[in-house]
Amino acid sequence: MRQTLLFAAMGLALILVGLFQSWNVALSILNLSLISAVMALGVNIQWGYAGLFNVGMMGFAALGGVAAVLVSVSPVPEAWAAGGSGVLLSAVLLAATVGAIWFARRNLARGWRGLATGLLVIAGYAAIRTVYDPAVDAIEAVDPARSGYLGGLGLPIVLGWAVGGVLAGAAAWVIGKVTLGLRADYLAIATLGISEIVLAVLKNEDWLARGVKNVSGLPRPVPREIALQEADWFIDFAARFGATAQEASGVFVKSCYAALFALVLAVIFWLSNRALNAPWGRMMRAIRDNRDAAEAMGKDVTRRHLQVFVLGSAVVGIAGAMLVTYDGQFTPGSYNPLRFTFLVWVMVIVGGSGNNAGAVLGGFLIWFLWIEAEPAGAILMRSLTFWMEDGSPLRSHLLGAAPHLRLFLMGLILLLVLRFAPRGLIPERQGSQRS
Amino acid sequence: MTDILNALVLLSNFVLVPGLAYGSQLALGALGVTLVYAVLRFSNFAHGDLMAFGAMCTILVTWGLQSLGVSFGPLPTALLALPLGIIGAVLLSLVFDRFVYRFYRQQKAAPVVFVIASVGVMFMINGLVRLIIGPDDQRFTDGERFIIRAREFREWTGLSEGLAIRTTQGITVLVAIVVVIALFWFLNRSRMGKAMRAYSDNEDLALLSGINPDRVVLYAWIIAAALATIAGTLYGLDKSFKPFTYFQLLLPIFASAIVGGIGNPVGAIAGGFVIAFSEVTVTYAYKKFLTYLVPESWAPEGLVQLLSTDYKFAVSFVILVLVLLIRPTGIFRGRVI
Repeated sequence: MRQTLLFAAMGLALILVGLFQSWNVALSILNLSLISAVMALGVNIQWGYAGLFNVGMMGFAALGGVAAVLVSVSPVPEAWAAGGSGVLLSAVLLAATVGAIWFARRNLARGWRGLATGLLVIAGYAAIRTVYDPAVDAIEAVDPARSGYLGGLGLPIVLGWAVGGVLAGAAAWVIGKVTLGLRADYLAIATLGISEIVLAVLKNEDWLARGVKNVSGLPRPVPREIALQEADWFIDFAARFGATAQEASGVFVKSCYAALFALVLAVIFWLSNRALNAPWGRMMRAIRDNRDAAEAMGKDVTRRHLQVFVLGSAVVGIAGAMLVTYDGQFTPGSYNPLRFTFLVWVMVIVGGSGNNAGAVLGGFLIWFLWIEAEPAGAILMRSLTFWMEDGSPLRSHLLGAAPHLRLFLMGLILLLVLRFAPRGLIPERQGSQRS
Repeated sequence: MTDILNALVLLSNFVLVPGLAYGSQLALGALGVTLVYAVLRFSNFAHGDLMAFGAMCTILVTWGLQSLGVSFGPLPTALLALPLGIIGAVLLSLVFDRFVYRFYRQQKAAPVVFVIASVGVMFMINGLVRLIIGPDDQRFTDGERFIIRAREFREWTGLSEGLAIRTTQGITVLVAIVVVIALFWFLNRSRMGKAMRAYSDNEDLALLSGINPDRVVLYAWIIAAALATIAGTLYGLDKSFKPFTYFQLLLPIFASAIVGGIGNPVGAIAGGFVIAFSEVTVTYAYKKFLTYLVPESWAPEGLVQLLSTDYKFAVSFVILVLVLLIRPTGIFRGRVI
């Protein structure tokens, strides 16, 4: 009941935005809310099910985004000819180095391990740099203003969503192997750092996805506005609603996106709800609530944690790929932990951790507030400072600073919910309440 | 011989001096994190933004003093404004402790709840700082810019490489030394400091021997906020003040505290310098340095840079992860979370 009411209120709020601001704004809030909801589901899988405190969402979202780019853009044959083999060879060398270190550490006597590892790292590093540097320079020299990277596979971008999930999951497996032995605080700090490293790599390795030069004009899974405005059937279609093709095309394209995103959200939601209510979910909650007892019952806690870490990160990766598809461009410079990691956390905590419906609601609500806090903040500031003179520097400063109110507001909401409704707006159902 | 001296001067100019200054700033930040961890037992994600807030208060007071025509001679006016900045940060910390953390302390909530609460505090302080001073770069350095100028050094020594030491770098190191000595005197000699260490070691025993936990927490926040303001102001003087940079500083600061051994003040200082020097040495281009040392024909062609400067933050985290894996307690035995 409470759940239905809250979701209905959310829908009403979006409709009001559509009526009073514009349907374009309402639909773009809806689309990003859908993506945020998928991300929040990913966090909820890790935190709500298993109690893993992962604050590396930004890194996984970026990995999903880069996967969407690499799947969809067309390959750059000149770049492959110039340095493709060099990059591939350095990847092989990297694998060989890691393999050799692993082999040496396994088979050598204790005293020699450190020395052997050190020597192998130096030798491997030198070998990789000699192959890698010229290859990268060659690739980045190919038409640097427009490409300068290897390009992708030229496949439909929707395929990139799945690949994004796989890529993020694979990265999570490696990261999880390293960090999951750590307890809550350390895991948080380690994942925060790793997400920064992922971003640093994406920003600087121009041969991969052009780094901070950005990849724009990605292929789209839905028609382009321009094409629609010229299509006869669409002009008729728009006329039936009494709108011009120009106005209707934006709304139509955004609705197509919304349908696609809603489908993905529904599938992930259904799957994760089934998992949560299955014996697997019960086991996860048992591990979360009492790790020692679960371990005593013979559950392999470390393995389960790794599993849930990979699953949750993969979901975040899918969301990241969807986001890049929606933006139509990949801009590593725009990733920022406040927006991509901590805001998603606020969504999960506010919505209700451990409850998938709560996470989805949190995704919608917080994204809505995040967007609408900007105009609302401006209105608030204007009314708070109405008594000041029009040209006063303090007033213009305050009005200029109004958009930053939303960070303050997010913190306030998080703290209020954490204190007065620690289980969120839609609390986790427990014991016999479960269906 | 001159070549070796030139190489050494070059290295001091670009590695040693900046590393020392950056290391002092990290050490002061890490001390605050470690202190909060030792007494309140959680990793404070809001510490970077607390630094920004303290530095912001100092900047505002500095501007006020500058407009009144007050100056500190060759030293930056910000040093005069520092006490007021510290008071601002302390008040903010105490307000948040009263309205946020105290509740969870009474509930004996799990550490992870504190961490999530500190994320909320982080958002709020971040928003507050941007609201008051804006998200842009602010410069507030004044007074004499250099202690030693590169040109004077060259003329004085006759070497071809110059050594420049900026006033802010000198002040950073000096202030850090003074603050650390005062802090250690407080922790080891004063009654309150001893009480804090006892409380950190064993809460129950400390309560049993009549130590007032509220006072311990109060002092912990006062000291942490003071350290944060000093670190933030020094960083802002040395580089420049931009709210987002302080949020990013959180990462190397955590790394310093953990690498040294979290909860251990000596470790925080050691960790700060370990992280600072690894960042600087790994991202420094050694081409010119090597050119002085090896015969001309061996001179390297590339920059001889291990990693590009953009990977600066990555370095501290690789070290952090390695330490967590090999020796989770840090260099100086801290606690394991």
